[in-house]
Amino acid sequence: MSATGIGASVRRKEDQRFITGKGHYTDDISRPGQAHAYFVRSPHAHATVRGIDTAAASAKPGVLAILTGAQLAADKIGNLICGWMIHSKDGSPMNMAPHPALAAGKVNHAGDAVAVVIAETLAQARDASEAVKVDYQVLPAVVDPAKAQAKGAPQIHEGAPNNTIYQWEIGDSAAAEAVFKSAKHVATVDLINNRLVPNALEPRAALAEYDDGADSLTLWNTSQNPHVARLVISAFVGMAPEHKLRVIAPDVGGGFGSKIFIYPEEVVCLWAARKVGRPVKWTADRSEAFLTDCHGRDHVTHAELALDDNGRITGMRVKTIANLGAYMSTFSSAVPTYLYATLLSGQYEIPMIHCAVDAVYTNTVPVDAYRGAGRPEATFVVERLIEVAARQLGLDPAELRRRNFVKTFPYQTVVASLYDAGDYNASMKKAMDIHDVKGFGKRRRVSARSGKLRGLGYSTYIEACGVAPSAVVGSLGAGVGLWESAEVRVNPAGTVEVLTGCHAHGQGHETTFAQLVSERLGIPIEQVSVVHGDTDKVQFGMGTYGSRSGAVGMSAIAKALDKVEAKAKKIAAHLLEAAEADIVFQDGKFTVAGTDKSLAFGEVALGAYVAHKFPTGEIEPGLKEGAFYDPTNFTFPAGCHICEIEIDQDTGRTEIVAWTAVDDFGVVINPMIVEGQVHGGIAQGVGQALLEGAVYDADGQLVSGSFMDYAMPHAENFPSIKVDTTVTKCPSNPLGIKGCGEAGAIAAPAAVINAITDAVGHENVTMPATAQVVWAAVRKAKAVRAAA
Amino acid sequence: MPTVSLTVNGKAVTADVDPRTLLVQFLREHLRLTGTHVGCDTSQCGACVVHLDGKAVKSCTTLVLSINGSSVTTIEGLADANGPLHPMQEAFRQNHGLQCGYCTPGMIMAAVDMVNRKGNDLDDHTIRKELDGNLCRCTGYHNIVKSIAAGARAMAGGAGQQAAE
Amino acid sequence: MYNFTFHQPTTLRQAVNLLAKNEDAKLLAGGHSLLPVMKQRLASPAAIIDISRIPELSGVELKGRSVVVGAGTTHSEVANSQVLKDSIPGLAEVPASIGDPHVRHRGTIGGSIANNDPNADYPAAALGLGATIITNKRRIAADDFFQGMFTTALEPNEIITKMQFPIAKKCAYQKFKHPASGFALVGVFVSKRGSDVRVAVTGAGANGVFRVPEFEAALKKRFNAKSLDGLSVSADGMNNDIHAGPEYRAHLVGVLARRAVADANARKD
Repeated sequence: MSATGIGASVRRKEDQRFITGKGHYTDDISRPGQAHAYFVRSPHAHATVRGIDTAAASAKPGVLAILTGAQLAADKIGNLICGWMIHSKDGSPMNMAPHPALAAGKVNHAGDAVAVVIAETLAQARDASEAVKVDYQVLPAVVDPAKAQAKGAPQIHEGAPNNTIYQWEIGDSAAAEAVFKSAKHVATVDLINNRLVPNALEPRAALAEYDDGADSLTLWNTSQNPHVARLVISAFVGMAPEHKLRVIAPDVGGGFGSKIFIYPEEVVCLWAARKVGRPVKWTADRSEAFLTDCHGRDHVTHAELALDDNGRITGMRVKTIANLGAYMSTFSSAVPTYLYATLLSGQYEIPMIHCAVDAVYTNTVPVDAYRGAGRPEATFVVERLIEVAARQLGLDPAELRRRNFVKTFPYQTVVASLYDAGDYNASMKKAMDIHDVKGFGKRRRVSARSGKLRGLGYSTYIEACGVAPSAVVGSLGAGVGLWESAEVRVNPAGTVEVLTGCHAHGQGHETTFAQLVSERLGIPIEQVSVVHGDTDKVQFGMGTYGSRSGAVGMSAIAKALDKVEAKAKKIAAHLLEAAEADIVFQDGKFTVAGTDKSLAFGEVALGAYVAHKFPTGEIEPGLKEGAFYDPTNFTFPAGCHICEIEIDQDTGRTEIVAWTAVDDFGVVINPMIVEGQVHGGIAQGVGQALLEGAVYDADGQLVSGSFMDYAMPHAENFPSIKVDTTVTKCPSNPLGIKGCGEAGAIAAPAAVINAITDAVGHENVTMPATAQVVWAAVRKAKAVRAAA
Repeated sequence: MPTVSLTVNGKAVTADVDPRTLLVQFLREHLRLTGTHVGCDTSQCGACVVHLDGKAVKSCTTLVLSINGSSVTTIEGLADANGPLHPMQEAFRQNHGLQCGYCTPGMIMAAVDMVNRKGNDLDDHTIRKELDGNLCRCTGYHNIVKSIAAGARAMAGGAGQQAAE
Repeated sequence: MYNFTFHQPTTLRQAVNLLAKNEDAKLLAGGHSLLPVMKQRLASPAAIIDISRIPELSGVELKGRSVVVGAGTTHSEVANSQVLKDSIPGLAEVPASIGDPHVRHRGTIGGSIANNDPNADYPAAALGLGATIITNKRRIAADDFFQGMFTTALEPNEIITKMQFPIAKKCAYQKFKHPASGFALVGVFVSKRGSDVRVAVTGAGANGVFRVPEFEAALKKRFNAKSLDGLSVSADGMNNDIHAGPEYRAHLVGVLARRAVADANARKD
């Protein structure tokens, strides 16, 4: 292993600009003549808009334009779309309701944009926005997904009767019914997967500029996938043809899914920039982010696990209602279906699974992928079920897991996933050793002496990452293929630029991708730069989400590097006057086998561009290769997290006292970065389990609409985390990578709730398990014990 | 419009401002010092932390007119322009104390202030408690805590050490 | 924010004059209560009178059997005051849980008391110690000063200049933090000074800070956490939000009061 190659904890190349305050996030960018946008948003969750009077507001100082949905429609700006088609079990397509960027006669959630004010300064835009008079007729709202389909519930969209988007299922319900009829033991859970607000620390922003000479638009945008943004805004919204629309996602301050989607604000800024002939900037403040960023999770689930007398799982059935909010966001439909139910086999051999999912509209912010996207929800179901089953059967929860682990690979689950490689027992055993599970009993007694309850919870999770195989996702309804592209440009002096369709917003691609190039070409990492996030520079790419950039994006780079090496060998053979077959490339040198004749990589690069005396019929000048990589399967990272908690019985406060994570991510490029991803994922998972919850009141007002009410994890909420790995190589991509970005967020909630329920001795603990919730559970458990 | 005069990163600046201008707006929009960020509107996230007369403050909750005549240090002025990084900056890099980088300037400014107040030997518990005013959504804080402990020790070492002000 | 005129007087007299002259003016000290509200456009004062640079409002001073704290004293100055640490350690410990270090560099004790946020910490300390609030016009006992959430005895044109805290070594503050805001979900300040025992609660009551006479009576007999056994406060009139309902808040009042008494008793006289 070289100091900067694969497997080295190389310090990040991108850090220099961030630690010195020299990053360029969207809001840091200003264009000459820039005007500011401020959106007029509905204060009501559900209302018809009877009229908008902009006369008084238009006369306010600094106002350039006030634009509404009617003008948007008149200009034939198209609706936002959901790009993944799901069919109901009866074969009918999902009910995708229109989603205009500015409301067309009706608002469907508090915060829905009704109009936009463009003014010289932000303060002027906001001042004027208050003078826009909107005549609302308030309608009753529905916010609870469990009530959305009820008879008499307010109807949100025409064409979606009973607010139902689809009724989807996987598996054979009759066969499952038979399994459960004859089951010896059945464990049951009723779960709410709490609604979360992603809260990347950088609020969303958009800056649009129109060049009337070239008739082209440029958008600087907080995006995880600028090319997909361009595609949707061009092909579906119809803003401008792709070659007349440049989307730049500069430094982006965290995404976690929330910046995948195409949002109304960026569409409106582009449209407004062309209309007023000035660059237009919009930056969300945090309150606005709470009301407009897509939220995550929000499932209501009833699930059952059937087991035989030996503790072998014989079947599972799951019924879930998924809240997709007021509109279908870009990838929302896939989250509670193909990213959820296909993981319900967990790490276990389960011969029969049936899962039915109803997706519903409510008068809430749209819900879409948030770190993990479907897989945390699946893991929570599976890992709560198995824990409850173990307690019911009086078995050690680790032992019940062990009995049911998938042990031979490849393993075809009954829910479509084909697990390619893994060793689930190895990661659990390692985690148990590191955590000193054996010493838990003693630690629990020590806690008890000071009146505290101590609990230990496992989560042996699995996820499907590298969201890619185009043929597979296409067959499941995706509107795009999810391959990835790369281009390796070798410059004449031997430096290298790697252009990737992935986008880094914290993941460290500028370092890890350069590590691959450094390793493969044998050049110092300083000579490699990674270019991403600009549709004018990178040809096309699918962006970064679903822990796909390593497995898919780097594989594309590896493929391009293969081509670079092949061509460079040709050139070296020509320059060295040797047969191509005799050229060996190693440690950055092209050598004629068995001789001391060699050329450094840089010399070959220069030769490629000087091209004097090239046999141009055989070799084209230059050294630049591109590749599109489409993997054969998803990847399946898996692992075991163990959470140990202590509860103050008097207040119900839960403190995490120890955490061990042992993950199998396949081949690791940069252990330092991978550990960082695990830490961050765990923090978000712990946030879901203990702190975070988006709460709407019955009228559809977001009660947890700021950091004053929505509890974000703080440093104080965590102990030091122990992170380790086991490795089984992924056979589905050339680098053996599985992906690591979401593991923590997927594993953590079940580990925490399993630990709390273990401590309390009562299974009904909802997330977030706030002090009040745990205090109530402790009291309930005591009451049950007293009654027994 | 009223006038404000400040010393920002060692340089005197004077400007006419709208009275409602917050310090963070003055830094970002008037001086184009965009390293100081805004992550919330309720004074909680700490992305906007700068040093005001040597003490960490939230520049999003400070009217620039209130601090007329004061000295402000931002992330851009923490180390000499052409000199080495401040030890706390270097510690964040060495310990992978940042991912997306958005909270980082505020974190580093808060960390230097923490050392100024609490000394160079900071344990895990102290650091976590003192980070109450800074949110990070990426790192789970693990490596930030490690970075601050290392940076605090390095600041005692003298190498490249300087008061932030 | 809506626009306003800005004034920064350097004497109390100037401040009082400005307050009298400007209709709809607000005093700005550290700004950590007022500015967030103005940023959300929930407050729109026509004039801001910044009193952060008035020397008369600063300083912590031992005066006989009490400590006088200038209204402009920041939270971090209170926390670091040796005079307070020595004479009223329970008060010196209060700011440690207010906001965060950056907020404590700017926020002031006078600002917090004048604002009387129902979840703020200092009102509990002031009421729990039986402090006297001194203004440019008069002296007001804490028992008369706090009049319900965000409501005080202060009249227009009245500025808090100082707070006078009677010395009470046996005192302590226990707070259960709101997991999002960091304010007090419930906070209880207890003190014992001779035969005067006080228990003041913040965060819990829908109408702001209040005393608990039943607890005080029991503790007067014997200042020990055990004296509170069997006692509780009613859930009626307690705050209700997504993090804590009335019943839980009422329960926490009892838990924190017991813990505060134990803390106070653990101090060396």
